[in-house]
Amino acid sequence: MTLVVATESVTKRFGSVVALDGVTFGFEAGIVYGLLGPNGAGKTTLIRILTTLLRPDSGRALVDGIDVVAQPGPARSRIGLAGQSAAVDGFLTGRENIEMIGRLYGLTARESKRRTEEILERIGLVEAADRLVRTYSGGMRRRLDLAASMVGRPRVLFLDEPTTGIDPRSRLDIWELIEDLVSDGTTILLTTQYLEEADRLASRIGVIDNGRLIVEGTPDELKDRVGGAVVEVSVPTDRVDEATAALKEIAGEPPKVDRVSGHLSIPAVRGASTLVAVVRRLDQLGIEPEDIALHKPTLDDVFLTLTGHPAEAEVTA
Amino acid sequence: MTRLVSDVVVITRRNLLRNLRLPQLVLFATVQPVMFLVLFNYVFGGSIGLALPPAAGGRYINWLIPGLLVQVVTFGAAQTALGLTEDLKSGVIDRFRSLPMTRAAVLAGRTLADSARNGFVVALMLGVGAVMGFRYQTGFLGLVSAFLLALGFGYSFSWVMATIGLFAKDPETAQTAGFLPLFPLVFASSVFVPTQTMPGWLRAFADHQPVTVIGNAARGLILGEGALPAGHTVASEVRGAILWIGLILVVFVPLAVRAYRRAVA
Ligand SMILES: Nc1ncnc2c1ncn2[C@@H]1O[C@H](COP(=O)(O)OP(=O)(O)OP(=O)(O)O)[C@@H](O)[C@H]1O
Ligand SMILES: [Mg+2]
Repeated sequence: MTLVVATESVTKRFGSVVALDGVTFGFEAGIVYGLLGPNGAGKTTLIRILTTLLRPDSGRALVDGIDVVAQPGPARSRIGLAGQSAAVDGFLTGRENIEMIGRLYGLTARESKRRTEEILERIGLVEAADRLVRTYSGGMRRRLDLAASMVGRPRVLFLDEPTTGIDPRSRLDIWELIEDLVSDGTTILLTTQYLEEADRLASRIGVIDNGRLIVEGTPDELKDRVGGAVVEVSVPTDRVDEATAALKEIAGEPPKVDRVSGHLSIPAVRGASTLVAVVRRLDQLGIEPEDIALHKPTLDDVFLTLTGHPAEAEVTA
Repeated sequence: MTRLVSDVVVITRRNLLRNLRLPQLVLFATVQPVMFLVLFNYVFGGSIGLALPPAAGGRYINWLIPGLLVQVVTFGAAQTALGLTEDLKSGVIDRFRSLPMTRAAVLAGRTLADSARNGFVVALMLGVGAVMGFRYQTGFLGLVSAFLLALGFGYSFSWVMATIGLFAKDPETAQTAGFLPLFPLVFASSVFVPTQTMPGWLRAFADHQPVTVIGNAARGLILGEGALPAGHTVASEVRGAILWIGLILVVFVPLAVRAYRRAVA
């Protein structure tokens, strides 16, 4: 199996800060690879090296079999980049932005125009296409930025935190766009701070912390190590026994119980449906929960499990 | 090669559109130079008029306009530093650097667009100047040559500003750093007043620095040899001006390109 993106012991320092501390990883074409890590982990630095913006201090980085340090030119015609801040031009219209990038990928004026229409359609920005981008919302700018990165039909797309700082509705739009692209055969490396995002989009996930890749695997493998979502419920202490029996029935295994606080939890194997089942059952029994929630594992849980410390503690800079 | 040309055209067009659509840029480009012209002409005109050589035709504005051409293009070049740092900050340069485009195109497109803007401003100044009484004393060809010379100097100075901007990296620093060389160059020159009245040490600098040389060349081309300091000819000033422009380009184009390669890296 040939790897479309591969690095070998890549290191990068900024003064005394070690941004990347020997990263070796790789993945095959046609998938979304999710690079998961907290602020300052080294995600952007790795993307910048792979997209020829930064030279590593040591190690090798290949994209589509091409060494990005030795042959940055050929590498660039195979990649598309949507950086951490939407690098679109506020004083151009959406259409002008994409057409410009198309021309810079080497498309003729006519090709670039045609491709731009195609992409505007795809990202749902046809109506806003002739407005200056500075009037766009954050979500629209992100979508446009993504669009710009795909004009040249690159083999590999690099998306640096494509949904950070935008509302849930726009996030969903971007997720759908990414899924759409992958089904067309584009390979994508995306970074994120949200486990949920990596879980939904990526078929392989690497967790990066302090410049090191601390674990790699499929989302399921990762979740197995961290534990999946759980339903947590607090009931009055005199109803704990009844609630324990009810939850055991739903989960098919005994819940974790804290008798003193009246706190119980079971794995939410069916996600929100498990939560609904619990609510129904407790209601039938006439048990009034004091608190009930579906707790999905977060990046913090991953870190707690894998490193024994929460993600935030890592940010020193 | 065709790729280089098309990339430069695309980037130049983008920067020109930006120049046109940025309201404060349009304002800066038009109001400020005109304000300079009006202020200098009416504030200093009266007192300086007496010390002018006869070639100025007795009007300060005839002396002032050739100098202002150079002042305006020099200040205008500072826009190159600002524009580049804004693009650095917004991530646009990162995107460009990740594209399979000609690397030099980003800088070439920026300096060309800023020169086009300079051309517009200088033409506007000549128009407003004519309304205020400016008349060229040689021929139309002289005026056009002076215009082109000033633009050429502005273009070369854009590369100086590009270098400064790429080292400064953020717009705030570029703003300050970019204007640092501007003030001594523009004010310790023959742009506003003849250099004869300056103290010796300052005059030594003022007489030989590029803004004076370009200013003198423009003045000679527009007003004739009589407007130049004793012993200078129009031909020698023009030669000096072209030399300065060439020298600045030879030094700063490679410097800027190197700084661009390394910027943010
Ligand atoms: N140009 C630079 N100069 C100095 N230090 C830098 C530079 N770029 C990154 N760093 C440092 O390198 C480390 C990794 O940064 P990087 O931007 O790669 O993290 P990240 O995972 O992308 O974080 P975030 O989620 O905040 O974007 C951080 O400690 C950061 O401060
Ligand atoms: Mg980052």
